[in-house]
Amino acid sequence: MTHALLPVLPEAVLLAAACTVLLLDLFLPPSRRHWSFWLTQATLLACAAITVATAELQPLHAFGGLVVDDMLSDFLKLLSCVAVSTMLFYSRGYLAVRGLFRGEVLVLTMLALLGMMVMISAASFLTLYLGLELLALCLYSMVAMHRTSNAASEAAMKYFVLGALASGMLLYGMSMVYGATGSLDIHRIARVIHAGQGNGTVLLFGLVFVVSGIAFKLGAVPYHMWVPDVYHGAPTAVTLLIGTAPKLAAFALTLRLLGVALAGLEFDWQGMLIVLSLLSMVLGNVTAIAQTNIKRMLAYSTIANMGFMLLGFLAANLAGYSAAMFYVVAYVLTSLASFGVVMLLAREGFEADRIEDFRGLNQRSPWWAFIMLLVMFSLAGVPPTLGFYAKFAVIEAAVGAGFIWLAVAAVLASLVGAFYYLRVVKVMYFEDAVDTTPIVARGDNRALLSANGLALLLFGILPQPLMGLCVVALAQSGFL
Amino acid sequence: MKHALTLIVLLPLVGFLLNGFLATRFGGNRVGKGFVTALACGLPIAAFLLTVACLVRLQEAGYQPLVDTAYTWALIGGRSFEIAFYFDRLTAVMTLIVTGVGSLIHVYSAGYMKEDESYARYFAYLNLFLFFMLLLVLGRSLLVLFVGWEGVGLASYLLIGFWFEDPEKAAAGKKAFIVNRIGDAGFLLGMFLLYQTVGTLDMDRINAAFNGATLPAVSASLVGILLFIGATGKSAQIPLYVWLPDAMAGPTPVSALIHAATMVTAGVYLVARLSGIYLHAPEASALVAGIGAATAFFAATIALVQTDIKKVLAYSTVSQLGLMFVALGVGAYGVAIFHVTTHAFFKACLFLGAGSVIHALSGEQDILKMGGLARKIPVTFVTFAIATAAIAGIPPLAGFFSKDEILWFSFASARGGSTFLWLVASAASLMTSFYMFRLLWLTFFGASRMSHEVEHHVHESPLSMTGVLAVLALLSAVGGFLALPHFLEPMLPLPAVVPALHHHERTLIGIAIALAFTGLAAAVFLYGGGARRAAALRGRFPLAHGLLLGKYFVDEAYDFLVSRPLLWLSDRVFLRLGDRVLLDGTLNGLAAWAQRTAGSLSRIQTGNLQLYAFLALAGVVAALVWTWAHV
Repeated sequence: MTHALLPVLPEAVLLAAACTVLLLDLFLPPSRRHWSFWLTQATLLACAAITVATAELQPLHAFGGLVVDDMLSDFLKLLSCVAVSTMLFYSRGYLAVRGLFRGEVLVLTMLALLGMMVMISAASFLTLYLGLELLALCLYSMVAMHRTSNAASEAAMKYFVLGALASGMLLYGMSMVYGATGSLDIHRIARVIHAGQGNGTVLLFGLVFVVSGIAFKLGAVPYHMWVPDVYHGAPTAVTLLIGTAPKLAAFALTLRLLGVALAGLEFDWQGMLIVLSLLSMVLGNVTAIAQTNIKRMLAYSTIANMGFMLLGFLAANLAGYSAAMFYVVAYVLTSLASFGVVMLLAREGFEADRIEDFRGLNQRSPWWAFIMLLVMFSLAGVPPTLGFYAKFAVIEAAVGAGFIWLAVAAVLASLVGAFYYLRVVKVMYFEDAVDTTPIVARGDNRALLSANGLALLLFGILPQPLMGLCVVALAQSGFL
Repeated sequence: MKHALTLIVLLPLVGFLLNGFLATRFGGNRVGKGFVTALACGLPIAAFLLTVACLVRLQEAGYQPLVDTAYTWALIGGRSFEIAFYFDRLTAVMTLIVTGVGSLIHVYSAGYMKEDESYARYFAYLNLFLFFMLLLVLGRSLLVLFVGWEGVGLASYLLIGFWFEDPEKAAAGKKAFIVNRIGDAGFLLGMFLLYQTVGTLDMDRINAAFNGATLPAVSASLVGILLFIGATGKSAQIPLYVWLPDAMAGPTPVSALIHAATMVTAGVYLVARLSGIYLHAPEASALVAGIGAATAFFAATIALVQTDIKKVLAYSTVSQLGLMFVALGVGAYGVAIFHVTTHAFFKACLFLGAGSVIHALSGEQDILKMGGLARKIPVTFVTFAIATAAIAGIPPLAGFFSKDEILWFSFASARGGSTFLWLVASAASLMTSFYMFRLLWLTFFGASRMSHEVEHHVHESPLSMTGVLAVLALLSAVGGFLALPHFLEPMLPLPAVVPALHHHERTLIGIAIALAFTGLAAAVFLYGGGARRAAALRGRFPLAHGLLLGKYFVDEAYDFLVSRPLLWLSDRVFLRLGDRVLLDGTLNGLAAWAQRTAGSLSRIQTGNLQLYAFLALAGVVAALVWTWAHV
């Protein structure tokens, strides 16, 4: 019995802890709020530790094939725990100043993480959808958490309506695939399609809806409209959450749906992904130029980055999948640091979310300007930062799969992208500071953010171990 | 200690990072000078000790090269690029010089730079330089070497322009950087060509490929010449030597470490390291020897009349580097490295001694305003005199042995030695002896020509400086007894000697000794007794004197023939037409277009939810139609 539960032990621990914090928080006076915080952090650490400790080379199926515990899921779960934990460290001060540092945030964050974990290790349409909805519902309510902010409420509303639309499409697509193949298990679906037994037309129409649903969740053009408004409207802490760990889960979702279940329809989804990828890269990067708000700029940058991720993905082989996975990991690391710096500069009544708020940062604090410089260089893909190697890997994968013109377009798009990333650098280093308020933050926040920024440099110089992990995780999980 | 070699390289980097971060404004000045000094001097010394340990291990391994692969930097296609370090006899010698002399100069700097405001920044740069220099000599592949090569250029630029508030010094830094870029172009081309034809950048493999049964399908001479162009930049040879004399704008210990003992010998090291190529490239070798001899001669003539103490030493460095290239050109690679070693000892001693003089005279560098210092700063004087005798080739000091071997092989080597080459090199040696003793006399003997105020403040330097001088003087005295060419012979064999010339060896040694003493005698004759005879001589040949004093007006010629036409071209054609009209026009047009597009694209983002949903649905419909059409 215990053995059968082993694959979902991290999820079980997380759920139990979420309930505990929910109850505990009821009885804690506000001055003891940090108990909940540290309990949450301990839980995340425990989840990460269990994931590592129970990791095995061979995939393990549980709950009658609903859940799979393979290297891929272990790796992504571990990273999600780390990302969420880091996000909480970065957000603590920001939330506290705005009176949002309450038990609900912690509980919702944990439940969102639970949703991501379920998504990551799902082996059936049912669990995939379950995880997705759990994640989405938590995020909707977190965006709306800042009740007095009109922008936040509006963003939550849009996010909810469009998210529901996307869920509907995904569900509709899944039901069509079910109708065509007679199964919800992703491996069985793959076998049926491979044997040529599915109903071709229905399957293809199902694929269109599934891809649309995925594109919605990733924020790829033309399903991207929610991204800038939500990123902009949500409290920065919540934007940070939306912009990081869920991307890992979304990658798993894409991989399980397209890379496993619908792998037999590779040539059909490749065409759609090409269009999505190209539109996202071009539109994301070009529109970002006109932004004056850094959260909005980073939202368009997310859209462009998801286009780059899809560029690797659509190569549809081990090199492509691992490049895409590396790209997502790199993106999550970079995003964490970027919003981390934004929150570091924010204080009571001041969001630090306009590009001009970064003016002369080098004069105020050379160190944080340097960290932000690393972040911007990584996003722009300047060597030797992590972002350079990530872009290099996906472009190499696309070239290897024969999409040379697409690779050329990607390079041109990233050239356009360099413009607005470097503008932040210019503002930080070549303009005079207007605001001279000292930057205050907790020690753990500072240490973590510094480590985060330097990691972008370190992994850029030493990309091979991380890349090796991606390749091994995918190869051991059956993507050969 | 599997990664001992990596550790040697990384130790100075740690020093750079800690000092650069903790002790400067960047990190908020967290630590004091004591910490900076301990870290900056301790780490190079640790690297030196580690190098000695590696040498012992190399010996135990029967001189099988030690290889330490730090990590695989990139896998591109089927090719892997590794960051690997390689330790054989040649690397051992170079690493010992770099860490040993480097450590000494770090210790000396602690005294010399004590009063400087940017003390921590100075040591951070110096550690950074050491890191790149070690990368350069320890790297197994040309790729790693190139990173070090560019890195030392950067560190050198930062240190030449260390006092960047002075525009002239900042300009000297820029000049060094730009002149080196010209050489690097050749180096890069050579590297590309090698990678394309040999398929690897590992230097031991490149040598093996050229020494193998089938030669790579590339002209060894072409590769050799391209790489040598890189070497002329870094090692200050004709026509790219112009940056080195100006590089003296940096703090004096920097001139000693970077612009005399280590970095400028990188070109010599490169040629010796890739001797496999040059052994099959007689044309390239002849060019190396010719350029070397010409540089040795011309630089020596300029040094005859210079009056700035550091400028004399700078031209002497250029001249000595020329002699090293003569040795390389005639196939005596081990001898060239021998001269690199002895030169590192006595030239470091001379520069640091000059530093001590300048320190004592509150910044005065003109030897015409010195004189009679021998009694006032005795330690500096004695060490400076020993090093002067060593560079002049007075036996049995270090310079005599290495220079004598260079002269012998330039005469008798079966790989391009000739009487003419020997004559030019001997003339350069004679002049070296002369101008060095002239320097010694004008600085330390005769009546004082100092202003009263300066004279009043003359003082001997602190122990941290004089101690280092004593060690280096000792090495300059006995360094010649290291039988380095013999030690290196198993990997860098000495060239065969033309049999008919064998019996001339003793005669040549006699001539070399005679030349050294002639130079001494001439200097004493002309500059002893108030330098009246020198003044008379100058009066008789004003034109020649003016030409030499103006350094053959090479800088002016470059300015007139190269810089100005280039400036005109870049201003009129490239800037006004190409850049402003074509490039900027296109770019601004594109940028404006992108901004407009971005603006209109942003307008789609109206915030209207219904529009968003409509667009998404339109996407789905389009995908459905597209799929329908393709079923």
